[in-house]
Amino acid sequence: MTKIELTRIPFIKNAFKSRYPQLAVFIVMLIGYIFAILAGLIGTPVGSHNFSIVFVWIAWWAILILVAVPFFGRGWCAICPIPLPGEWLQRGAILTPPDKRPKWLNLRVPKMFRNIWLQNISFLLLALFSSVLLTTPNITGIILAAMLFTAIGLGAIFERRAFCRYLCPVGGFIGLYSQAAPIELRIKDKQVCVTCEGKPCYNGSSIGFGCPWDVFPGGLTKNTYCGLCMECIRTCPHDNIAVNLRPFSADLAKPSTRMDEAFKAFIMLGSAIIYAGVLLGPWGTFKDAAYNVGSSAWFMYAGIFLSIIFGILPGFFTLGLLGTKGNATLKHRFASLSITLIPLGLMFWVAFSLSFVLTNASYILASLSDPLGLGWNLFGTANTAWQPMLTSILAPAQALALVGGLIWSARTAQKAANEVKVSPIPVIVYCFIATSIMLWLLL
Amino acid sequence: MNPRFSLLLILTAGLAVAFPPLPVPTVAPQARTFQVDAGQFAYSPSKIFVNPGDTVTLELVSTDVVHGIYIDGYDISFEADPGQTQTLTFIADKPGSFRFRCNVTCGAMHPFMIGKLMVGTNDWLYRSVGLAALAVLGVTISRKQEV
Ligand code: SF4
Ligand code: SF4
Ligand code: SF4
Ligand SMILES: [Cu+2]
Repeated sequence: MTKIELTRIPFIKNAFKSRYPQLAVFIVMLIGYIFAILAGLIGTPVGSHNFSIVFVWIAWWAILILVAVPFFGRGWCAICPIPLPGEWLQRGAILTPPDKRPKWLNLRVPKMFRNIWLQNISFLLLALFSSVLLTTPNITGIILAAMLFTAIGLGAIFERRAFCRYLCPVGGFIGLYSQAAPIELRIKDKQVCVTCEGKPCYNGSSIGFGCPWDVFPGGLTKNTYCGLCMECIRTCPHDNIAVNLRPFSADLAKPSTRMDEAFKAFIMLGSAIIYAGVLLGPWGTFKDAAYNVGSSAWFMYAGIFLSIIFGILPGFFTLGLLGTKGNATLKHRFASLSITLIPLGLMFWVAFSLSFVLTNASYILASLSDPLGLGWNLFGTANTAWQPMLTSILAPAQALALVGGLIWSARTAQKAANEVKVSPIPVIVYCFIATSIMLWLLL
Repeated sequence: MNPRFSLLLILTAGLAVAFPPLPVPTVAPQARTFQVDAGQFAYSPSKIFVNPGDTVTLELVSTDVVHGIYIDGYDISFEADPGQTQTLTFIADKPGSFRFRCNVTCGAMHPFMIGKLMVGTNDWLYRSVGLAALAVLGVTISRKQEV
């Protein structure tokens, strides 16, 4: 299949080249974000009536995992408000580069941190506290504020968007799954870049900033670390940047060899399975353990969580690989084939989120009218009763998502196995078992 | 076999797994009563097994604050005050596995206060696992032919 260049369409191209449409969305998002922080801190402690919980963990999450990530990859990062204040301070400008830039430290991130291990850890930390985070407005407000301030702080110390690139817990999984999306930003002609003087897309110029994500567009082959900020479209003097529509999961044809990325796939897969069991399962003991942070039951829960992610899941995966013979080292096979878990994990999250989101979506209307839970009724919908939606088609939809994800990952396994010249069968069997467990938990 | 043909074959097999009715064990419908204790944030028992056609009576007892039950798929609900027993009777005429959940905001983990009502065998689960197995087989076979 071929690619379709969306930036050929003048309307789309102008919308990306101009800074104003994005700025308008940014401002709305930033206001919403700050409101979510305030609502979390001063609004009602009842999660289901607080804007911070309802809009972040139901509305935003639904859009992110069901629409934005599968179809637009890092599309959310293109409009995310978290790095904005830091970035504006760092640049000393909001739109185009100023004459004199402010004197921040502008350090390079040390080499040992230039991978996504910190991101893996930050995600896991939030994951271990997720039951409290998902249900307590205060904690959600504090975490949202902490992300904003950490992004500002890192922006003052390091160059570009260190927070997004190396620490943001959300950015880690968006990046991983963005490889499956049918949208990409790439250069049009390599040759033009080779002869391009000054590489303004990376270094910046008087008309625009260099890539804030520390990516050289000329060498971009995967979606993982391109935040779709559109800066390079604006700075490239040769009109050499395109946004393309492409087949789903095109990036997965080039397996990664990085362990940090491989483990991200296990972390995300494992978290989806654990959440499906703990949050949506009928076992009260697990819920208690997950919620009572600091208790001995919680430490057990955390221990089990981590051993599933770092022990059981990668362990059985490795056992499967041991059965295959190939020239590549075990580590190389492990990293390359872990890419199989990307479509699988994405569809696990879709299936899990469907259940969570559809049963709680009716809170959105009520919370819109009374965002702080203080008894307001702005749009007359404050008293909307809780009513789960589409519960009768939930099971078929989840089954379809999970089986579809399995087929998708089996195809991916075949391609990745072909690259490293081993049999894909053990990995496919692994995916089948994981899918069956997920089906059992959700249906 | 050409890949298109095998794809067709697999699709047909898929439909064959997904749709035909499974033999339903003919159990005469009964009336059954269950006492369900609800406390933050779990039901006991948390899984209820009945046969299709049974007349099911749930006696909900809240052991701490107000809790309720909403049954997915059946779209019915009721609630009970602390210490009071409330009953709900319905005919379990839809087979399958359904979550029931608390419909009264009862505390932090309320959105996750969940139990399961199993009416007959969990067809969807077995069919889905069957489909998954078939899908995996299909992908493996069709790929072999391409190589
Ligand atoms: S990486 Fe995180 S902070 Fe950065 S743009 Fe994406 S979601 Fe926002
Ligand atoms: S500015 Fe444009 S042409 Fe120059 S290196 Fe970057 S993408 Fe290539
Ligand atoms: S500047 Fe270009 S390559 Fe860099 S993050 Fe933005 S859109 Fe992606
Ligand atoms: Cu309850």
